[in-house]
Amino acid sequence: MTKMVQIENVGMTFDVKKGPAKGKFVALRDINLSIGKGEFVSLIGHSGCGKSTLLNLIAGLTLPTSGVLLCGGREIAGPGPERAVVFQNHSLLPWLTCFDNVFLGVERVFGAKEGKARLKERTQAALAMVGLTHAELKFPGEISGGMKQRVGIARALAMEPKILLLDEPFGALDALTRATLQDELIKVQTQTGATVVMVTHDVDEAVLLSDRIVMMTNGPAATIGEILEVDLPWPRERVQLAHDPKFVACRAALLEFLYQKQIRKAA
Amino acid sequence: MDKENDMTAAPLKAVTAPAAPAAPKAARLRSVTARTERPLPGSELLRFLVLKVLPPIFGLALFMGLWALVSMKTPTLPGPILTLEAAIKLFAHPFYQNGPNDQGIGWNILYSLQRVGIGFGIAAAVGIPVGFLIGRFAFLNGMFSPIISLLRPVSPLAWLPIGLLVFKAANPAAIWVIAVSAVWPMILNTAQGVQRVPQDYLNVARVLNLSEWKVFTKILFPSVLPYLLTGVRLSIGVAWLVIVAAEMLTGGVGLGFWVWDEWNNLKVEHIIIAIFVVGIVGLLLEQALVLIAKRFSYE
Repeated sequence: MTKMVQIENVGMTFDVKKGPAKGKFVALRDINLSIGKGEFVSLIGHSGCGKSTLLNLIAGLTLPTSGVLLCGGREIAGPGPERAVVFQNHSLLPWLTCFDNVFLGVERVFGAKEGKARLKERTQAALAMVGLTHAELKFPGEISGGMKQRVGIARALAMEPKILLLDEPFGALDALTRATLQDELIKVQTQTGATVVMVTHDVDEAVLLSDRIVMMTNGPAATIGEILEVDLPWPRERVQLAHDPKFVACRAALLEFLYQKQIRKAA
Repeated sequence: MDKENDMTAAPLKAVTAPAAPAAPKAARLRSVTARTERPLPGSELLRFLVLKVLPPIFGLALFMGLWALVSMKTPTLPGPILTLEAAIKLFAHPFYQNGPNDQGIGWNILYSLQRVGIGFGIAAAVGIPVGFLIGRFAFLNGMFSPIISLLRPVSPLAWLPIGLLVFKAANPAAIWVIAVSAVWPMILNTAQGVQRVPQDYLNVARVLNLSEWKVFTKILFPSVLPYLLTGVRLSIGVAWLVIVAAEMLTGGVGLGFWVWDEWNNLKVEHIIIAIFVVGIVGLLLEQALVLIAKRFSYE
């Protein structure tokens, strides 16, 4: 498998300027991970374990204080449309319609090479992929939380990124909507063969969607604790999986790591 | 059903209509049953009258009564009736012209509005860009904030002598006073808006790798706009507040000058009319800007 992302000896230290913990805060240390093309990797861990920090490093929104991250063999020096991010709180621009929100990214990536008609086609195709053709002229304030998150995913997908980065994409949604969107994400990933890195704190979600699950130790100075290969065939179907012994075993391994090896200190 | 609805309706009623405890029971029920059951046109109208129409009428009546009372005790102060008669006469010919010092009320209003418009325009042209710069660059913020803190509390009319000195004419000096006093709310609100652009939106811009121009037009400007419009509203309010005083001192045609002129003529009823006119025009300006602001607020 060709390597898409390589993370080598990455550490991240923040300068804390205020408060009692003034000084250096080591968020991440010694992170080594490589992610193959077309792979779906989940980052899981208790809150405060730096999984979002790691995702931001891959996105290029923050730069590591030590080590190096490579994407497609090139060092990640900043954010860019080839690494599209789906933000936790969707981050749609409320003054643009769903269509325009997606179009903004499409125009940036393909605007130089393609005509307006083709750009519109791309935008419509992305919205159709997440089942939102009917809502393309609505504003984010007029649609539900689940639909907003779908627009966020469409915006990311429409840019045809090499990697899709998802930061707890379904965390704010109710369980039923979450399940629908997970199924859609599986479908989309099967269709596009995208490389996906997803931050989550949901054990079932991680097992259902991932090829590999990266379990992170508690912060501060968090690092990768274990990596679990999810050896379940694609396409996966949540109802059948619930009784699959392999699924149950994966789930148990995650739970054991999270609640026995890395007991969350009382917050 | 009546019992149950009434119980849920009662606290709701208490919140929405503390001013109307005597409203009939049917009107109370309306608030809960409105969406599910067929409307009761009679009680709807009654509710509207009790909640929306009566209180302002009571307020105005109280005001008129007090005014009439005071004017009865003070023979020089014209009462409401006398003022109304004068107003009818005045507004019968709003645009007459008998030389520079005797023009219709319409002209006075228009001249005042024009001064406010020009002064406000200058303030906006300076204040909004400065606000953006101060909000965007901490260095400029540090540079300008002592100046702003120092000059903002200064009474607008204190700027008039400077204006007269520099422009050597009354009209530009009045406009200058308006501009100086209207510029601060726009600078401060715009700057605050820029500083409060959500980091999420800026992250979107970074991930999409948008050009500076796109960042400005698609993210910065729309998200600052509600703050900017608040600034505009406050500025217009201040400008309209200052215009009467400025015109009293500078003369020419305008509401402020007119007030002063009628004081010299001892036509007190016209001064009272002027107060109402200033109030009403100010109210209309404010409402118009609130409407615009509503159009541009999201979520």
